[in-house]
Amino acid sequence: MIFPELQKQARLRLLKMHFEAKVGHIGGNLSSLDAILYLHHNIMQKEDHFILSKGHAAGALYIALWSVGKISDEQLLTFHKDQTKLAGHPVPNWIAEIPFATGSLGHGLGLACGMSLGNKLQKKEGRIFCLMSDGEWQEGSNFEALVFLNHQQLKNVTVIIDCNGLQGFGTTEEIASLNLKKLHEIFAVFNFESPLSLRDTETRHESRPALRGSPPRISMGNTGFEITEINGHEEADLKKLSRASNRPQIFLMKTIKGHGISFMKNQMQWHYLPLNDELYNKAKKEIENL
Amino acid sequence: MREIFCAEMIKAFAKKPFVFLTGDLGFKALEPLREVMKDHFINAGIAEQNMVSTAAGIAKTGLSVFCYSISPFIYARPFEQIRNDICLHNLPVTLIGNGGGYGYGVMGATHHALEDYGSLLCLQNMHAFIPAFDFDIGAMISRISDLNKPAFLRLGLAQKTAEISYAKWRKVLDGDLGVLIVTGSIASNLLYDFQSEEAGGRPTIWVLGELPLFDDFPQELAQEISNKKLCVLEEHVAQGGIGQMIAAKILAKNIALKSFLHLHAQGYISGFYGSQNFHRQESQLTKEAVISAFKLN
Repeated sequence: MIFPELQKQARLRLLKMHFEAKVGHIGGNLSSLDAILYLHHNIMQKEDHFILSKGHAAGALYIALWSVGKISDEQLLTFHKDQTKLAGHPVPNWIAEIPFATGSLGHGLGLACGMSLGNKLQKKEGRIFCLMSDGEWQEGSNFEALVFLNHQQLKNVTVIIDCNGLQGFGTTEEIASLNLKKLHEIFAVFNFESPLSLRDTETRHESRPALRGSPPRISMGNTGFEITEINGHEEADLKKLSRASNRPQIFLMKTIKGHGISFMKNQMQWHYLPLNDELYNKAKKEIENL
Repeated sequence: MREIFCAEMIKAFAKKPFVFLTGDLGFKALEPLREVMKDHFINAGIAEQNMVSTAAGIAKTGLSVFCYSISPFIYARPFEQIRNDICLHNLPVTLIGNGGGYGYGVMGATHHALEDYGSLLCLQNMHAFIPAFDFDIGAMISRISDLNKPAFLRLGLAQKTAEISYAKWRKVLDGDLGVLIVTGSIASNLLYDFQSEEAGGRPTIWVLGELPLFDDFPQELAQEISNKKLCVLEEHVAQGGIGQMIAAKILAKNIALKSFLHLHAQGYISGFYGSQNFHRQESQLTKEAVISAFKLN
Protein backbone atom coordinates (compact mmCIF):
# COMPACT_ATOMS: atom_id res chain seq x y z
CA MET A 1 0.00 0.00 0.00
CA ILE A 2 1.35 3.43 -0.87
CA PHE A 3 1.95 5.66 2.13
CA PRO A 4 -0.83 8.22 1.48
CA GLU A 5 -3.38 5.41 1.31
CA LEU A 6 -1.96 3.87 4.47
CA GLN A 7 -2.23 7.24 6.21
CA LYS A 8 -5.86 7.53 5.15
CA GLN A 9 -6.83 4.03 6.27
CA ALA A 10 -5.00 4.40 9.57
CA ARG A 11 -6.60 7.76 10.27
CA LEU A 12 -10.07 6.34 9.61
CA ARG A 13 -9.44 3.37 11.89
CA LEU A 14 -8.07 5.61 14.63
CA LEU A 15 -11.13 7.82 14.52
CA LYS A 16 -13.49 4.85 14.52
CA MET A 17 -11.72 3.36 17.51
CA HIS A 18 -11.85 6.58 19.51
CA PHE A 19 -15.44 7.26 18.46
CA GLU A 20 -16.65 3.80 19.48
CA ALA A 21 -14.81 4.02 22.78
CA LYS A 22 -16.05 7.60 23.31
CA VAL A 23 -12.62 8.82 24.35
CA GLY A 24 -10.49 11.84 23.54
CA HIS A 25 -6.76 12.44 23.07
CA ILE A 26 -7.51 12.42 19.33
CA GLY A 27 -5.59 15.62 18.48
CA GLY A 28 -2.24 14.41 19.80
CA ASN A 29 -2.77 10.99 18.22
CA LEU A 30 -3.29 12.58 14.82
CA SER A 31 -0.15 14.68 15.13
CA SER A 32 1.93 11.56 15.82
CA LEU A 33 0.19 8.98 13.68
CA ASP A 34 2.04 9.55 10.41
CA ALA A 35 5.48 9.26 11.98
CA ILE A 36 4.59 6.15 13.99
CA LEU A 37 3.13 4.55 10.89
CA TYR A 38 6.11 5.42 8.74
CA LEU A 39 8.56 4.08 11.30
CA HIS A 40 6.74 0.76 11.67
CA HIS A 41 6.17 0.24 7.95
CA ASN A 42 9.26 1.66 6.32
CA ILE A 43 12.11 2.03 8.77
CA MET A 44 12.15 -0.23 11.80
CA GLN A 45 13.90 -3.58 11.55
CA LYS A 46 13.35 -6.63 13.73
CA GLU A 47 16.10 -5.64 16.16
CA ASP A 48 14.85 -2.04 16.57
CA HIS A 49 12.66 -0.76 19.40
CA PHE A 50 10.10 2.01 19.64
CA ILE A 51 9.33 3.79 22.91
CA LEU A 52 6.25 5.98 23.02
CA SER A 53 7.26 8.53 25.61
CA LYS A 54 4.11 10.56 24.88
CA GLY A 55 1.95 7.69 26.10
CA HIS A 56 -1.26 9.64 25.45
CA ALA A 57 -0.72 8.85 21.75
CA ALA A 58 -1.37 5.19 22.57
CA GLY A 59 -4.21 5.06 20.02
CA ALA A 60 -1.84 5.96 17.19
CA LEU A 61 0.58 3.26 18.31
CA TYR A 62 -2.18 0.62 18.53
CA ILE A 63 -3.32 1.53 15.02
CA ALA A 64 0.22 1.35 13.66
CA LEU A 65 0.73 -2.06 15.27
CA TRP A 66 -2.63 -3.18 13.91
CA SER A 67 -1.59 -2.05 10.46
CA VAL A 68 1.54 -4.23 10.61
CA GLY A 69 -0.42 -7.21 11.95
CA LYS A 70 0.82 -7.14 15.54
CA ILE A 71 -2.57 -6.24 17.01
CA SER A 72 -5.75 -7.92 15.80
CA ASP A 73 -9.12 -6.45 14.81
CA GLU A 74 -10.63 -8.15 17.84
CA GLN A 75 -8.08 -6.54 20.14
CA LEU A 76 -8.78 -3.10 18.67
CA LEU A 77 -12.46 -3.54 19.54
CA THR A 78 -11.50 -3.78 23.20
CA PHE A 79 -9.87 -0.32 23.22
CA HIS A 80 -10.69 1.48 26.46
CA LYS A 81 -13.09 -1.26 27.59
CA ASP A 82 -12.95 -3.68 30.51
CA GLN A 83 -10.72 -6.73 29.98
CA THR A 84 -8.46 -4.92 27.51
CA LYS A 85 -4.72 -4.62 26.94
CA LEU A 86 -5.40 -1.44 24.94
CA ALA A 87 -5.78 1.07 27.74
CA GLY A 88 -5.69 4.83 27.32
CA HIS A 89 -1.95 4.74 27.89
CA PRO A 90 0.20 1.68 27.08
CA VAL A 91 0.27 -0.97 29.81
CA PRO A 92 3.25 -3.25 30.53
CA ASN A 93 4.22 -6.81 29.78
CA TRP A 94 2.01 -8.01 26.95
CA ILE A 95 3.60 -7.32 23.56
CA ALA A 96 7.26 -6.97 22.60
CA GLU A 97 6.51 -3.99 20.37
CA ILE A 98 5.51 -1.95 23.43
CA PRO A 99 8.56 -2.42 25.66
CA PHE A 100 7.40 0.01 28.35
CA ALA A 101 4.23 1.25 29.93
CA THR A 102 4.21 5.01 29.45
CA GLY A 103 1.86 7.86 30.15
CA SER A 104 3.70 9.84 32.77
CA LEU A 105 5.82 12.21 30.70
CA GLY A 106 9.58 12.39 30.98
CA HIS A 107 10.38 8.68 31.18
CA GLY A 108 10.93 7.58 27.58
CA LEU A 109 14.27 9.17 26.88
CA GLY A 110 15.95 7.65 29.94
CA LEU A 111 14.49 4.26 29.02
CA ALA A 112 15.79 4.67 25.47
CA CYS A 113 19.25 5.52 26.81
CA GLY A 114 19.16 2.36 28.91
CA MET A 115 18.09 0.10 26.05
CA SER A 116 20.76 1.58 23.84
CA LEU A 117 23.44 1.18 26.49
CA GLY A 118 22.34 -2.38 27.27
CA ASN A 119 22.58 -3.27 23.60
CA LYS A 120 25.95 -1.60 23.30
CA LEU A 121 27.39 -3.50 26.27
CA GLN A 122 26.13 -6.78 24.85
CA LYS A 123 27.17 -5.89 21.31
CA LYS A 124 23.59 -6.21 20.11
CA GLU A 125 22.37 -4.42 17.02
CA GLY A 126 19.32 -2.23 16.93
CA ARG A 127 18.19 1.36 16.90
CA ILE A 128 16.01 2.83 19.62
CA PHE A 129 13.36 5.29 18.48
CA CYS A 130 11.77 7.46 21.14
CA LEU A 131 8.76 9.61 20.32
CA MET A 132 8.22 12.51 22.68
CA SER A 133 5.91 15.49 22.82
CA ASP A 134 7.09 19.09 22.77
CA GLY A 135 5.31 19.96 26.02
CA GLU A 136 7.07 16.99 27.59
CA TRP A 137 10.29 19.00 27.52
CA GLN A 138 9.07 20.84 30.60
CA GLU A 139 9.89 17.66 32.57
CA GLY A 140 13.31 17.97 34.20
CA SER A 141 14.10 14.27 33.90
CA ASN A 142 14.52 14.78 30.13
CA PHE A 143 17.43 17.08 30.71
CA GLU A 144 19.09 14.50 32.95
CA ALA A 145 18.67 12.03 30.10
CA LEU A 146 19.93 14.52 27.53
CA VAL A 147 23.17 15.07 29.44
CA PHE A 148 23.61 11.30 29.74
CA LEU A 149 22.80 10.70 26.08
CA ASN A 150 25.34 13.25 24.97
CA HIS A 151 28.03 12.07 27.37
CA GLN A 152 27.58 8.40 26.50
CA GLN A 153 27.18 9.24 22.78
CA LEU A 154 24.55 6.57 22.28
CA LYS A 155 24.42 6.94 18.55
CA ASN A 156 21.69 4.40 17.97
CA VAL A 157 19.16 6.55 19.85
CA THR A 158 16.83 8.56 17.64
CA VAL A 159 14.65 11.06 19.46
CA ILE A 160 11.61 12.32 17.60
CA ILE A 161 9.78 15.27 19.08
CA ASP A 162 6.20 15.84 18.02
CA CYS A 163 6.09 19.63 17.92
CA ASN A 164 2.40 20.36 17.62
CA GLY A 165 2.73 23.42 19.84
CA LEU A 166 -0.23 22.61 22.04
CA GLN A 167 -0.39 21.04 25.45
CA GLY A 168 -2.95 20.35 28.15
CA PHE A 169 -4.07 23.85 28.99
CA GLY A 170 -2.54 26.20 26.43
CA THR A 171 0.22 26.47 23.87
CA THR A 172 3.81 25.53 24.65
CA GLU A 173 4.69 29.18 24.01
CA GLU A 174 2.14 30.50 26.49
CA ILE A 175 3.00 28.05 29.20
CA ALA A 176 6.74 27.56 28.91
CA SER A 177 8.06 29.92 26.20
CA LEU A 178 8.91 26.83 24.19
CA ASN A 179 8.53 26.22 20.49
CA LEU A 180 10.36 24.21 17.85
CA LYS A 181 12.99 26.89 17.28
CA LYS A 182 13.73 27.26 20.98
CA LEU A 183 13.97 23.51 21.45
CA HIS A 184 16.44 23.47 18.58
CA GLU A 185 18.53 26.08 20.36
CA ILE A 186 18.43 24.11 23.61
CA PHE A 187 19.64 20.92 21.96
CA ALA A 188 22.34 22.75 20.02
CA VAL A 189 23.86 23.83 23.33
CA PHE A 190 24.80 20.22 23.94
CA ASN A 191 27.22 20.30 21.06
CA PHE A 192 30.25 19.79 23.28
CA GLU A 193 32.81 17.06 23.24
CA SER A 194 32.35 13.93 25.29
CA PRO A 195 35.49 12.00 26.22
CA LEU A 196 33.56 8.83 25.41
CA SER A 197 32.93 10.00 21.87
CA LEU A 198 36.61 10.68 21.42
CA ARG A 199 37.42 7.23 22.68
CA ASP A 200 34.89 5.64 20.36
CA THR A 201 36.07 7.14 17.12
CA GLU A 202 39.21 7.60 15.17
CA THR A 203 37.86 10.81 13.72
CA ARG A 204 39.06 13.71 15.80
CA HIS A 205 37.16 16.94 15.93
CA GLU A 206 38.78 19.89 14.38
CA SER A 207 38.09 22.43 17.03
CA ARG A 208 39.34 25.88 16.31
CA PRO A 209 40.35 28.06 19.23
CA ALA A 210 37.16 29.69 20.43
CA LEU A 211 36.81 33.42 20.21
CA ARG A 212 36.38 34.99 23.59
CA GLY A 213 32.78 34.54 24.70
CA SER A 214 31.72 32.34 21.82
CA PRO A 215 31.32 28.58 21.85
CA PRO A 216 34.04 26.42 20.28
CA ARG A 217 33.35 25.75 16.64
CA ILE A 218 33.32 22.12 15.73
CA SER A 219 33.76 21.47 12.07
CA MET A 220 32.75 17.82 12.17
CA GLY A 221 32.73 14.88 14.49
CA ASN A 222 30.88 12.86 17.03
CA THR A 223 29.79 15.39 19.58
CA GLY A 224 26.42 16.55 20.71
CA PHE A 225 23.44 15.62 18.65
CA GLU A 226 22.54 15.63 15.02
CA ILE A 227 19.49 17.88 14.97
CA THR A 228 17.10 17.86 12.03
CA GLU A 229 13.82 19.66 11.48
CA ILE A 230 11.22 17.78 9.49
CA ASN A 231 7.55 17.98 8.63
CA GLY A 232 5.85 15.14 10.48
CA HIS A 233 3.15 14.67 7.88
CA GLU A 234 5.25 14.60 4.68
CA GLU A 235 6.54 11.27 3.44
CA ALA A 236 9.64 12.85 1.92
CA ASP A 237 10.58 14.28 5.32
CA LEU A 238 9.67 11.17 7.30
CA LYS A 239 12.15 9.23 5.15
CA LYS A 240 14.91 11.18 6.89
CA LEU A 241 14.16 9.23 10.09
CA SER A 242 15.87 6.24 8.48
CA ARG A 243 19.22 7.97 8.31
CA ALA A 244 22.02 6.48 10.39
CA SER A 245 24.42 8.82 12.13
CA ASN A 246 27.57 8.71 14.20
CA ARG A 247 25.77 10.77 16.85
CA PRO A 248 22.46 10.50 18.69
CA GLN A 249 19.83 12.12 16.51
CA ILE A 250 17.08 14.51 17.44
CA PHE A 251 14.29 15.13 14.95
CA LEU A 252 12.20 18.19 15.64
CA MET A 253 9.06 17.19 13.86
CA LYS A 254 6.68 20.01 12.96
CA THR A 255 3.16 18.62 13.23
CA ILE A 256 -0.43 19.72 13.48
CA LYS A 257 -2.58 18.69 16.39
CA GLY A 258 -5.69 17.13 14.89
CA HIS A 259 -3.98 16.81 11.51
CA GLY A 260 -6.28 15.87 8.62
CA ILE A 261 -9.54 17.03 10.18
CA SER A 262 -10.47 20.66 9.60
CA PHE A 263 -12.35 21.34 12.83
CA MET A 264 -9.66 19.72 14.99
CA LYS A 265 -6.67 21.42 13.43
CA ASN A 266 -4.62 23.22 16.11
CA GLN A 267 -7.57 23.21 18.50
CA MET A 268 -6.56 22.52 22.08
CA GLN A 269 -9.92 21.02 23.07
CA TRP A 270 -9.18 18.01 20.88
CA HIS A 271 -6.54 17.02 23.39
CA TYR A 272 -9.52 15.90 25.46
CA LEU A 273 -12.85 15.73 23.65
CA PRO A 274 -14.48 12.58 22.33
CA LEU A 275 -16.37 12.70 19.01
CA ASN A 276 -20.15 12.81 18.85
CA ASP A 277 -22.06 11.18 15.93
CA GLU A 278 -22.25 14.34 13.85
CA LEU A 279 -18.60 15.28 14.17
CA TYR A 280 -17.46 11.71 13.64
CA ASN A 281 -19.33 11.51 10.34
CA LYS A 282 -17.99 14.90 9.30
CA ALA A 283 -14.40 13.86 10.10
CA LYS A 284 -14.85 10.53 8.34
CA LYS A 285 -16.09 12.24 5.19
CA GLU A 286 -13.18 14.66 5.19
CA ILE A 287 -10.69 11.81 5.34
CA GLU A 288 -12.51 9.69 2.75
CA ASN A 289 -12.56 12.62 0.34
CA LEU A 290 -8.82 13.21 0.58
CA MET B 1 29.29 -2.35 55.04
CA ARG B 2 30.50 -0.55 51.88
CA GLU B 3 33.90 -2.23 51.68
CA ILE B 4 32.40 -5.68 52.14
CA PHE B 5 29.67 -4.81 49.70
CA CYS B 6 32.31 -3.84 47.13
CA ALA B 7 34.24 -7.10 47.64
CA GLU B 8 31.05 -9.18 47.35
CA MET B 9 29.98 -7.34 44.19
CA ILE B 10 33.35 -8.15 42.62
CA LYS B 11 32.75 -11.83 43.39
CA ALA B 12 29.22 -11.66 41.98
CA PHE B 13 30.40 -9.96 38.78
CA ALA B 14 32.89 -12.76 38.22
CA LYS B 15 30.02 -15.26 38.35
CA LYS B 16 27.55 -13.37 36.17
CA PRO B 17 28.06 -9.96 34.53
CA PHE B 18 25.74 -7.12 35.44
CA VAL B 19 25.74 -3.36 35.08
CA PHE B 20 26.48 -1.07 38.02
CA LEU B 21 25.25 2.53 37.93
CA THR B 22 26.24 5.01 40.59
CA GLY B 23 24.78 8.44 41.15
CA ASP B 24 28.26 9.93 41.47
CA LEU B 25 28.92 8.24 44.82
CA GLY B 26 31.31 5.57 46.02
CA PHE B 27 34.52 7.56 46.59
CA LYS B 28 37.04 5.52 48.62
CA ALA B 29 34.77 2.49 48.53
CA LEU B 30 33.83 1.42 45.01
CA GLU B 31 37.06 2.06 43.11
CA PRO B 32 38.04 -1.66 43.13
CA LEU B 33 34.66 -2.55 41.66
CA ARG B 34 35.06 0.08 38.96
CA GLU B 35 38.46 -1.35 38.08
CA VAL B 36 37.07 -4.85 37.67
CA MET B 37 33.83 -3.97 35.90
CA LYS B 38 35.31 -1.52 33.40
CA ASP B 39 32.63 -0.43 30.93
CA HIS B 40 29.90 -2.16 32.97
CA PHE B 41 30.50 0.34 35.80
CA ILE B 42 28.95 3.66 34.87
CA ASN B 43 28.83 6.88 36.80
CA ALA B 44 25.40 8.11 35.73
CA GLY B 45 26.02 11.49 37.34
CA ILE B 46 23.88 13.48 39.73
CA ALA B 47 20.70 12.54 37.96
CA GLU B 48 18.84 9.83 39.84
CA GLN B 49 15.63 9.92 37.81
CA ASN B 50 17.56 9.24 34.64
CA MET B 51 19.74 6.67 36.38
CA VAL B 52 16.69 4.63 37.35
CA SER B 53 15.01 4.88 33.93
CA THR B 54 18.30 3.98 32.28
CA ALA B 55 18.64 0.99 34.59
CA ALA B 56 15.19 -0.20 33.53
CA GLY B 57 16.13 0.21 29.87
CA ILE B 58 19.34 -1.77 30.34
CA ALA B 59 17.49 -4.50 32.24
CA LYS B 60 14.99 -4.76 29.39
CA THR B 61 17.85 -5.79 27.11
CA GLY B 62 18.70 -8.74 29.35
CA LEU B 63 21.28 -7.54 31.88
CA SER B 64 20.60 -7.15 35.57
CA VAL B 65 21.47 -3.77 37.03
CA PHE B 66 22.50 -2.35 40.39
CA CYS B 67 21.92 1.37 41.10
CA TYR B 68 23.81 2.92 43.97
CA SER B 69 23.40 6.13 45.92
CA ILE B 70 22.84 7.57 49.37
CA SER B 71 19.59 5.99 50.39
CA PRO B 72 17.05 8.84 50.08
CA PHE B 73 18.47 9.81 46.70
CA ILE B 74 17.77 6.34 45.35
CA TYR B 75 14.29 5.64 46.77
CA ALA B 76 12.65 9.04 47.26
CA ARG B 77 13.94 11.26 44.46
CA PRO B 78 13.20 8.85 41.57
CA PHE B 79 10.13 7.20 43.11
CA GLU B 80 7.98 7.40 39.97
CA GLN B 81 10.77 5.96 37.83
CA ILE B 82 11.06 3.06 40.28
CA ARG B 83 7.30 2.55 40.21
CA ASN B 84 6.69 2.83 36.47
CA ASP B 85 9.92 1.81 34.82
CA ILE B 86 11.23 -0.92 37.12
CA CYS B 87 8.40 -2.32 39.21
CA LEU B 88 5.54 -2.34 36.71
CA HIS B 89 7.80 -4.26 34.36
CA ASN B 90 9.19 -6.56 37.07
CA LEU B 91 12.75 -5.87 35.92
CA PRO B 92 15.89 -7.10 37.68
CA VAL B 93 17.12 -3.77 38.98
CA THR B 94 18.45 -3.52 42.52
CA LEU B 95 18.50 -0.17 44.26
CA ILE B 96 21.29 0.07 46.80
CA GLY B 97 20.67 2.68 49.44
CA ASN B 98 23.66 3.50 51.56
CA GLY B 99 22.93 4.79 55.06
CA GLY B 100 19.66 3.16 56.09
CA GLY B 101 17.75 4.81 58.93
CA TYR B 102 19.75 7.55 60.65
CA GLY B 103 22.93 6.18 59.06
CA TYR B 104 24.17 9.53 57.81
CA GLY B 105 23.83 10.95 61.34
CA VAL B 106 24.75 14.56 61.67
CA MET B 107 24.84 15.03 57.89
CA GLY B 108 21.21 15.93 58.46
CA ALA B 109 17.63 14.93 57.84
CA THR B 110 17.86 15.12 54.02
CA HIS B 111 20.34 12.24 54.12
CA HIS B 112 18.32 9.98 56.45
CA ALA B 113 16.21 7.07 55.21
CA LEU B 114 13.41 6.54 57.70
CA GLU B 115 10.71 5.40 55.27
CA ASP B 116 12.72 3.58 52.60
CA TYR B 117 11.58 -0.05 52.64
CA GLY B 118 8.07 0.90 53.76
CA SER B 119 7.48 3.16 50.77
CA LEU B 120 9.23 0.87 48.29
CA LEU B 121 7.32 -2.21 49.39
CA CYS B 122 4.07 -0.51 48.39
CA LEU B 123 5.24 -0.98 44.80
CA GLN B 124 4.48 -4.00 42.63
CA ASN B 125 7.08 -6.80 42.66
CA MET B 126 9.50 -5.03 45.01
CA HIS B 127 11.61 -6.94 47.55
CA ALA B 128 13.74 -5.44 50.30
CA PHE B 129 16.95 -6.87 51.73
CA ILE B 130 18.07 -5.41 55.04
CA PRO B 131 21.40 -6.75 56.25
CA ALA B 132 21.98 -6.80 59.97
CA PHE B 133 25.63 -7.86 59.82
CA ASP B 134 28.47 -7.35 57.36
CA PHE B 135 28.53 -11.07 56.64
CA ASP B 136 24.91 -10.93 55.42
CA ILE B 137 25.87 -8.95 52.33
CA GLY B 138 27.32 -11.81 50.27
CA ALA B 139 24.32 -14.06 50.93
CA MET B 140 21.92 -11.25 50.08
CA ILE B 141 23.64 -10.42 46.79
CA SER B 142 23.36 -14.09 45.89
CA ARG B 143 19.69 -14.12 46.76
CA ILE B 144 19.07 -10.92 44.79
CA SER B 145 20.79 -12.45 41.79
CA ASP B 146 18.64 -15.59 42.02
CA LEU B 147 15.49 -13.55 42.56
CA ASN B 148 15.95 -11.59 39.29
CA LYS B 149 13.29 -9.04 40.23
CA PRO B 150 13.12 -5.47 41.54
CA ALA B 151 14.98 -5.23 44.84
CA PHE B 152 16.19 -2.76 47.42
CA LEU B 153 19.33 -3.35 49.48
CA ARG B 154 19.63 -1.19 52.58
CA LEU B 155 23.23 -0.73 53.67
CA GLY B 156 24.19 0.51 57.11
CA LEU B 157 27.01 0.44 59.60
CA ALA B 158 27.10 -2.81 61.56
CA GLN B 159 28.75 -3.73 64.84
CA LYS B 160 31.30 -6.54 64.44
CA THR B 161 30.01 -9.81 65.87
CA ALA B 162 30.76 -13.51 65.54
CA GLU B 163 29.52 -14.83 62.21
CA ILE B 164 26.00 -16.28 62.06
CA SER B 165 24.78 -17.94 58.84
CA TYR B 166 22.24 -15.97 56.91
CA ALA B 167 18.53 -16.75 56.78
CA LYS B 168 15.51 -14.53 56.21
CA TRP B 169 14.44 -15.24 59.80
CA ARG B 170 17.18 -16.00 62.33
CA LYS B 171 17.21 -16.48 66.06
CA VAL B 172 20.50 -14.96 67.18
CA LEU B 173 20.12 -14.95 70.99
CA ASP B 174 18.08 -16.71 73.67
CA GLY B 175 16.74 -14.87 76.70
CA ASP B 176 13.93 -14.75 79.22
CA LEU B 177 12.87 -11.12 79.07
CA GLY B 178 10.53 -11.59 76.12
CA VAL B 179 10.98 -11.82 72.35
CA LEU B 180 12.56 -9.03 70.31
CA ILE B 181 12.28 -8.99 66.53
CA VAL B 182 14.60 -6.52 64.86
CA THR B 183 15.73 -5.65 61.34
CA GLY B 184 18.71 -3.80 59.93
CA SER B 185 22.16 -3.02 61.23
CA ILE B 186 20.80 -1.94 64.61
CA ALA B 187 20.31 -5.68 65.21
CA SER B 188 24.09 -6.07 65.36
CA ASN B 189 24.32 -3.35 68.02
CA LEU B 190 21.54 -4.84 70.13
CA LEU B 191 22.99 -8.33 69.86
CA TYR B 192 26.37 -7.02 70.92
CA ASP B 193 24.85 -5.12 73.85
CA PHE B 194 22.61 -7.93 75.10
CA GLN B 195 25.14 -10.74 74.73
CA SER B 196 26.85 -9.81 77.98
CA GLU B 197 23.59 -9.87 79.99
CA GLU B 198 22.31 -12.85 81.97
CA ALA B 199 19.37 -14.73 80.42
CA GLY B 200 16.91 -13.00 82.75
CA GLY B 201 18.09 -9.58 81.63
CA ARG B 202 17.95 -10.14 77.91
CA PRO B 203 15.30 -11.04 75.36
CA THR B 204 15.31 -13.74 72.77
CA ILE B 205 16.37 -11.91 69.61
CA TRP B 206 15.14 -12.75 66.14
CA VAL B 207 16.53 -10.90 63.12
CA LEU B 208 14.43 -10.37 60.02
CA GLY B 209 16.44 -9.82 56.81
CA GLU B 210 13.98 -9.71 53.90
CA LEU B 211 10.64 -8.23 53.04
CA PRO B 212 7.82 -8.53 52.23
CA LEU B 213 6.63 -11.19 54.61
CA PHE B 214 5.07 -14.10 52.80
CA ASP B 215 3.67 -17.24 54.35
CA ASP B 216 7.02 -17.85 55.94
CA PHE B 217 6.51 -16.79 59.54
CA PRO B 218 8.62 -19.38 61.40
CA GLN B 219 6.71 -21.93 63.44
CA GLU B 220 9.38 -21.78 66.12
CA LEU B 221 8.91 -18.02 66.42
CA ALA B 222 5.13 -18.40 66.51
CA GLN B 223 5.48 -20.77 69.46
CA GLU B 224 8.00 -18.57 71.22
CA ILE B 225 5.85 -15.46 71.16
CA SER B 226 2.65 -17.24 72.12
CA ASN B 227 1.40 -15.65 75.39
CA LYS B 228 4.69 -13.75 75.68
CA LYS B 229 5.75 -10.15 75.42
CA LEU B 230 6.81 -9.27 71.89
CA CYS B 231 8.80 -6.19 70.99
CA VAL B 232 9.48 -5.22 67.37
CA LEU B 233 12.25 -2.71 66.80
CA GLU B 234 13.32 -0.97 63.59
CA GLU B 235 15.15 2.16 62.47
CA HIS B 236 12.21 3.11 60.25
CA VAL B 237 9.00 5.00 60.88
CA ALA B 238 6.00 3.04 62.15
CA GLN B 239 4.00 3.50 58.93
CA GLY B 240 4.96 0.75 56.52
CA GLY B 241 7.44 -0.73 58.95
CA ILE B 242 7.97 -4.32 60.02
CA GLY B 243 5.98 -3.67 63.20
CA GLN B 244 2.80 -3.31 61.17
CA MET B 245 3.66 -6.25 58.93
CA ILE B 246 4.37 -8.57 61.85
CA ALA B 247 1.26 -7.43 63.74
CA ALA B 248 -0.85 -8.30 60.69
CA LYS B 249 0.73 -11.75 60.46
CA ILE B 250 0.15 -12.41 64.16
CA LEU B 251 -3.50 -11.45 63.82
CA ALA B 252 -3.90 -13.62 60.74
CA LYS B 253 -2.39 -16.56 62.59
CA ASN B 254 -4.49 -15.99 65.72
CA ILE B 255 -1.44 -15.90 67.96
CA ALA B 256 -2.23 -14.54 71.40
CA LEU B 257 0.43 -12.30 72.92
CA LYS B 258 0.90 -10.99 76.43
CA SER B 259 1.81 -7.62 74.98
CA PHE B 260 2.94 -6.06 71.69
CA LEU B 261 5.46 -3.24 71.68
CA HIS B 262 6.80 -1.37 68.70
CA LEU B 263 9.93 0.74 68.92
CA HIS B 264 10.60 2.68 65.74
CA ALA B 265 12.15 5.84 64.33
CA GLN B 266 10.23 8.88 65.51
CA GLY B 267 11.75 11.52 63.28
CA TYR B 268 13.30 14.52 65.01
CA ILE B 269 11.67 14.80 68.40
CA SER B 270 13.80 17.54 69.94
CA GLY B 271 14.44 19.40 66.72
CA PHE B 272 18.16 18.90 67.23
CA TYR B 273 20.43 16.79 65.06
CA GLY B 274 23.37 14.57 65.80
CA SER B 275 25.01 11.21 65.22
CA GLN B 276 23.16 8.03 64.36
CA ASN B 277 23.36 7.10 68.05
CA PHE B 278 21.92 10.46 69.07
CA HIS B 279 18.86 9.87 66.90
CA ARG B 280 18.55 6.24 67.97
CA GLN B 281 18.48 7.35 71.60
CA GLU B 282 15.88 10.02 70.90
CA SER B 283 13.69 7.39 69.24
CA GLN B 284 14.21 4.89 72.09
CA LEU B 285 16.04 2.46 69.83
CA THR B 286 18.45 1.25 72.49
CA LYS B 287 19.07 -1.69 74.76
CA GLU B 288 17.84 0.32 77.75
CA ALA B 289 14.62 1.25 75.98
CA VAL B 290 13.99 -2.40 75.08
CA ILE B 291 14.50 -3.52 78.69
CA SER B 292 12.28 -0.77 79.97
CA ALA B 293 9.56 -1.57 77.43
CA PHE B 294 9.53 -5.22 78.42
CA LYS B 295 9.43 -4.39 82.13
CA LEU B 296 6.67 -1.80 81.89
CA ASN B 297 4.34 -3.78 79.62
